[in-house]
Amino acid sequence: MSVKIEVNGEVVVAYLSGDIDHHTAKPMREEIDKAVESNMPTLLVLDFKDVSFMDSSGIGLVMGRYRILNPKGAELAVTNPSPQIYKVMHLAGLERLAKIEKGGMKNEAVK
Amino acid sequence: MKQLNKFSMQLLSRSANESFARVAVSAFVTQLDPTIEEINDIKTAVSEAVTNCIVHAYKNEIGNIYIQVRILECNVVEIKIRDKGCGIPDVDRAMEPLYTTAGGERAGLGFAVMQSFMDNLRVVSKVGKGTTVTMKKRISVRVKSNGQQG
Ligand SMILES: Nc1ncnc2c1ncn2[C@@H]1O[C@H](COP(=O)(O)OP(=O)(O)OP(=O)(O)O)[C@@H](O)[C@H]1O
Ligand SMILES: [Mg+2]
Repeated sequence: MSVKIEVNGEVVVAYLSGDIDHHTAKPMREEIDKAVESNMPTLLVLDFKDVSFMDSSGIGLVMGRYRILNPKGAELAVTNPSPQIYKVMHLAGLERLAKIEKGGMKNEAVK
Repeated sequence: MKQLNKFSMQLLSRSANESFARVAVSAFVTQLDPTIEEINDIKTAVSEAVTNCIVHAYKNEIGNIYIQVRILECNVVEIKIRDKGCGIPDVDRAMEPLYTTAGGERAGLGFAVMQSFMDNLRVVSKVGKGTTVTMKKRISVRVKSNGQQG
């Protein structure tokens, strides 16, 4: 599976992998949404360490999760994007919706 | 500008072809010895254009996507991606960042990505006939260690 979910109390971490494009985004979204629904996190971390490529379909994925979390008062963070992925995220202005940690989350959020 | 090399292919608008298309185009471009960033820019722009053919042009059907890549003088790559799908009624509007007709899970940033990652983007479209996206990028010439230019 292209998404591995880890739950640490109120934090859900989704480790994404492979290429994120229109072809692969849908199953990823579904996995993430399932984990959010059943765990009701206050913080969702999307980890991109093993994501090899992402286009605007990945932006849609991040923005869509923001739209789900925001009304619940929950936050969104993105960790470990590659330079290519960060370039796409930056163009989209994603840092306004989610905290982007190029080097992974600081310890407060993830144990 | 004089054409030095050319590659063309035709694919069905199946989403499984998105990754094949961007990898095939970028593999052809490697003969110009691009940087990793340049190759990633091209991959991302091609992915956007091909995905638009699949998601928008042939929304409720499967059609052909035509891709042509040309190497021109001065290390310029020209990529043409064409469909015979529904066409775009207002191209200027469609190219505005965040504009999307798909809603929900799409960001409306495909054209913005193509525009910012390539040097030049031209979109020609006719409703009911199809759309042609032409993008150009100049690949930097790197000086090789033996002193000769790439
Ligand atoms: N090849 C095409 N055929 C028909 N309509 C198109 C085509 N390409 C783009 N469009 C139209 O232009 C709009 C903007 O395209 P753009 O790629 O910028 O955003 P998007 O595809 O909607 O979202 P995203 O690319 O961020 O997932 C689309 O919503 C669609 O209406
Ligand atoms: Mg698009």
